[in-house]
Amino acid sequence: MVDIPYEGIEGIPPAEVPDVELYHPRSWWTRYVFSQDAKVIAVQYSLTATAIGLVALVLSWLMRLQLGFPGTFSFIDANQYLQFITMHGMIMVIYLLTALFLGGFGNYLIPLMVGARDMVFPYVNMLSYWVYLLAVLVLASTFFVPGGPTGAGWTLYPPQAILSGTPGQDWGIVLMMSSLILFIIGFTMGGLNYVVTVLQARTRGMTLMRLPLTVWGIFTATVMALLAFPALFVASVMLLLDRLLGTSFFMPSLVEMGQLSKYGGGSPLLFQHLFWFFGHPEVYIVALPAFGIVSDLISTHARKNIFGYRMMVWAIVAIGALSFIVWAHHMYVSGMFPQFGYFFATTTLIIAIPTAIKVYNWVLTLWRGDIHLRVPMLFALGFIITFVNGGLTGLFLGNVVVDVPLSDTMFVVAHFHMVMGVAPIMVVLGAIYHWYPKVTGRMLNDTLGKFHFWVTFLGAYLIFFPMHYLGLLGVPRRYFELGDTSFIPSSAYSLNAFISVVALTVGFSQIVFLFNLAWSLFKGEASGGNPWRATTLEWQTPETPPGHGNWGKELPVVYRWAYDYSVPGAAEDFIPQNQPPRATQLVQGAAS
Amino acid sequence: MSAIILFLAVLAVIAGWWLSQQRLMAKPWLEEGAVGDFPGGDAMTWPAAKVGLGVFLAVASALFVLFISAYSMRMSVVDWRPLPVPRLLWVNTGVLVVSSVALQWSYVAARRQDTESVMIGLLAGGASAVIFLAGQLLAWQRLGAAGYFVASNPANAFFYLLTAVHGLHLTGGLVALGRTSAKVWRGAEIAEMRLSVELCAIYWHFMLLVWLVLLGLLTGWTDDFVDICRRLLS
Repeated sequence: MVDIPYEGIEGIPPAEVPDVELYHPRSWWTRYVFSQDAKVIAVQYSLTATAIGLVALVLSWLMRLQLGFPGTFSFIDANQYLQFITMHGMIMVIYLLTALFLGGFGNYLIPLMVGARDMVFPYVNMLSYWVYLLAVLVLASTFFVPGGPTGAGWTLYPPQAILSGTPGQDWGIVLMMSSLILFIIGFTMGGLNYVVTVLQARTRGMTLMRLPLTVWGIFTATVMALLAFPALFVASVMLLLDRLLGTSFFMPSLVEMGQLSKYGGGSPLLFQHLFWFFGHPEVYIVALPAFGIVSDLISTHARKNIFGYRMMVWAIVAIGALSFIVWAHHMYVSGMFPQFGYFFATTTLIIAIPTAIKVYNWVLTLWRGDIHLRVPMLFALGFIITFVNGGLTGLFLGNVVVDVPLSDTMFVVAHFHMVMGVAPIMVVLGAIYHWYPKVTGRMLNDTLGKFHFWVTFLGAYLIFFPMHYLGLLGVPRRYFELGDTSFIPSSAYSLNAFISVVALTVGFSQIVFLFNLAWSLFKGEASGGNPWRATTLEWQTPETPPGHGNWGKELPVVYRWAYDYSVPGAAEDFIPQNQPPRATQLVQGAAS
Repeated sequence: MSAIILFLAVLAVIAGWWLSQQRLMAKPWLEEGAVGDFPGGDAMTWPAAKVGLGVFLAVASALFVLFISAYSMRMSVVDWRPLPVPRLLWVNTGVLVVSSVALQWSYVAARRQDTESVMIGLLAGGASAVIFLAGQLLAWQRLGAAGYFVASNPANAFFYLLTAVHGLHLTGGLVALGRTSAKVWRGAEIAEMRLSVELCAIYWHFMLLVWLVLLGLLTGWTDDFVDICRRLLS
């Protein structure tokens, strides 16, 4: 390493801290409930998302019970099965993953990682959480209204979504739309905060190219979400009007229950365009934060700088931009103009390039790294493998000729659960093991963590890998039962039963994780401020868990990028971002 | 969907221009050192609220452009019967222009530290915005009386929907304007209020612009343009 003299650096004053209008909680209520502190809001978001996510997990068990042992469980009928599918999908994609990555991790990590005291609009941030909670409550209330939740499928395609015969036609669909509208309003409030905080509140020296990739991922995903969610908003509002006021935005003229309905002329395809214009970016809204977080986990636990940082940043931005022009690859079988399909197949394959760059860079970061197989690292590795698997089947399905026969089979279920279900959840779990010590000041139990990882990782493969095979056999998705189908061999039924048993086992084993979270909160080993010996700013706070305002009197000043691990000649194998060059050199001098 | 794609392309150009100022080609692993050593890395100098408003306007624009996309796709179906736009809308448009001008005047006064004019501008802007909203409701009522109900034709449905969404956004703006006016009324320092007044004015100009675009769409002026956009994708 070339020694560069840094004369005069000592004279640089720390960032001046004007008397910021930090909000100060005055009572227990404003400290823990109606709090404007991003860290508290993050925990609130995470707990709410996890709670509703557990509901969705139970729904998946009920579906698996029916699929694995058709006819055995009389309390599940065909309508309920459709309702379970719909609610499971919608909750997992929007109310769990989106809320957890952006509302949870975004709120906690952005201010800490960029060296800010809080989000720039704390009050709006608080409102964001409460509107989100309201959206979740409205969604959950559909389980208790007459007719139950909607069974339209998570894509809510009209015309069937609002016609009689679809479960939840009375209340379920109306409340679902209302809940989505609320969610989007709440998210917009939060999203404004995340974006503007990254733009405006970075501490001195924190240039964009010194940001940890976690912040890049969450930032780009938020920008995408701010532009993509309006499409869902538009679709929801118009579908709601079709349902409530009898307009015909999406509803064609058709015969309903033997009678000509009041609708006419509407375009169901228009809904699909709007829905997937949101729906495809949504995949990357979940994936980009995961990409960012996993980069930081790998770098930290392999004690090596991230390979190709610049390329990683560019790839994130490129994926964000490209993801807006691939939406119609979800619509190959919708009856849209067929030649569109080839345009969208091309853009879909192009987006594989920046994605592949990221995968290579993760692997090259691991190459000859000092890999510590701690629980967060295990989950990060699990993510890479799973994401590659799911991504490759995505290349299959991105091609029109392959997609058309596979579109309505379990192959698609296997694909999107691998790439969008298991892979992000791996990152979520890894990230929880990684940052739990910062949030609580205590370590999660390592043995329980390793048990949790192996059961979840192996279990996920036992569940979803066979589904590819079922899909290739032609087993359809969304079906309550298969009935007498000659082309489906009896082995497929045994396989389904096997998958169900594993799914229940893996699901229940998450109790170990929940127990670990609760137990470690009180009995976990004290972690200290920087248990992983990481470089990024959130590990350098004066207190752990970080106090109100995050930093003491002075904001940290940043002198280097986020990945100074195993720098040759340095005394330790990591150099925090806020360590001045002079101090490093002194240490270097002492060492030599 | 071509409208939203065009809109996103414009946003992408703006974002790309901004990113090009951020030294994305830098090699951060070589750039150990303090703040001043490397140019162009600081946070933006605008106040956070202004950037926040800018981001929000981008989101709101995306929302309106998506409505316009849906409008242009739906209007190509044969059952579309354009409705006669009530004359009252022209009056309303005039009122909204007055509202926007009043707020701009208020902002100019705020720069001159002229408290009284600021207050007059804010009140005039707010009052005319309320008149605009009342006028819109009146237009709805007249259309309803003439038999143009929301569900009777998609053109009607879009008319009610677009005016309602625009009206709701303006109502949201009135909340912010009300808070600003109340603070000025209670004697807050004009220097402190300048930013708030400016943001209100920007938002009002934006809502005026959106309204003019919607008006062009609803009256059919922009049909040719919409047609060109639609052909781009088919």
